[in-house]
Amino acid sequence: MELLEKNSKVCPVHINILDVYHARQSRIHRLDPRAKLLGSLMVILTTMLLPEGAWLPQGILFGLIVLLSFASRLGIFFTVRRSFIAIPFLLAALPLPFLTPGPPLWSLPGLGWVVTSTGLMRFLTILVRTWIAVQASIILSATTPASDLLWGLNAFRFPRLIVAIIGFMLRYLFILADEALRMLRARASRSPRLAGIKRPGLIWQSRVSGAMVGSLFLRSLERSERVHAAMLSRGYDGEMRRLYQPAFRTLDWLLLLGMILILCGIFSLSYWS
Amino acid sequence: MHHTVDIRSLYFTYGDGTQALRGVDLYIAPSEKVALVGPNGSGKSTLLLHLNGILEGDGEIKVCGKPVRADNLGEVRAAVGIVFQDPDDQLFSQSVYDDVAFGPIYMGCSPAEVDRRVEQALTSVGMQAARNRVSHHLSQGEKKRVAIATVLSMDPEILVLDEPSAGLDPRARRELINLLATLPQTMLVASHDMHLVAELTPRMIVIDQGRVVADGSTGELLAKKDLLEAHGLEAPCSELTLAT
Repeated sequence: MELLEKNSKVCPVHINILDVYHARQSRIHRLDPRAKLLGSLMVILTTMLLPEGAWLPQGILFGLIVLLSFASRLGIFFTVRRSFIAIPFLLAALPLPFLTPGPPLWSLPGLGWVVTSTGLMRFLTILVRTWIAVQASIILSATTPASDLLWGLNAFRFPRLIVAIIGFMLRYLFILADEALRMLRARASRSPRLAGIKRPGLIWQSRVSGAMVGSLFLRSLERSERVHAAMLSRGYDGEMRRLYQPAFRTLDWLLLLGMILILCGIFSLSYWS
Repeated sequence: MHHTVDIRSLYFTYGDGTQALRGVDLYIAPSEKVALVGPNGSGKSTLLLHLNGILEGDGEIKVCGKPVRADNLGEVRAAVGIVFQDPDDQLFSQSVYDDVAFGPIYMGCSPAEVDRRVEQALTSVGMQAARNRVSHHLSQGEKKRVAIATVLSMDPEILVLDEPSAGLDPRARRELINLLATLPQTMLVASHDMHLVAELTPRMIVIDQGRVVADGSTGELLAKKDLLEAHGLEAPCSELTLAT
């Protein structure tokens, strides 16, 4: 029974890590995917190009994101809640406060590592930039279905092969993850733990895990061949095609124009102060 | 009207040396519904993949009167719709609509025509409400129906189905049989589901070890218990014998 409980905990039935799109009826949802892609890119560029320690302009950017989040009917703190996904990536910036030369601020008790004020400033700036950039992408992906995003990338002459690969990844990552889950579940159901009997050694266990990864790879390879056959059967000739989509409307131009004005304002504010 | 399949002495060997087809001959007349039965590994799926030139063996294959050759694969693939066994292989696009539109787009239809075909195909499988859904979120039975719609939208003359009822619950299976029975196309169905075969296809071809071992009316062949047993099959029981 305990084993069963443990299993159901480690092995959910279905994986939906990529369901980022949130269907709502809003102006933002109805915008042209190209306008949203450009807008998000501009916000990300702005937050990256703002000078270090420009807290007020970054704060205004954050306000803009909260506003967009509200306008998309996702809820005011939707992006904030989802943005924690980026925390692991911040680990890469963690050594910065210690390694950047500058006036010492504080030394780590026990280890004696010195935090410099320049380093701390740089770290905090990276923290804020990442946070804002991630939130901009969260709004983009929550208000635009994946297929429209891919179409937008195509429209911007993004290499077609890469767009196609992203599309297949989005479609099959679910299935691959489900397949991995089923394998894990099958392994867990055949890994009983009996009192008084030693479990197999770590090397043996890791060999099993290695074999599982290998077989997952083989299965994906075979599936890719079957998918390719299914595509060929319906006339696929190596080029990805899609139906014509609606053109830019006034609202899309207004959004872009508004974004440019706001972002220019934020820039001038940061240099003026 | 020339929706025929004509195969003469077809041989095929896989890259690893497995001889999958060893001289298959068969002829299917226009609008005939035929079952292809046989044990696992008998060459059913391999044979189906030859019908639109995905696999190329030695021998002669004519579909709708046209030889299946590299230079007319496009035409052949528009004429033969293959529904694969695993709908997850067939549904590779971001949404149900994109998937059903895939074939018509490659056939060069105008956007309005693509739209019309998608609507019609989804309606005929009863899935029009799902047009904007993501394939991953459909049930197995729904996926199967959409998979059939992806082929129907190309308006094929010949419909080829690989294990259509595999993995379906009784209701989904029943709906599928009813749907297939209403479709007018020439049909070749590979299946282990002998109930489906008995109900849907008047003609049955038994294939084993890459050869056609029996070809005749479903009723007559299903009565030959020895033949079925020799090739790993089982007749559907008319009255249920309950396990005690």
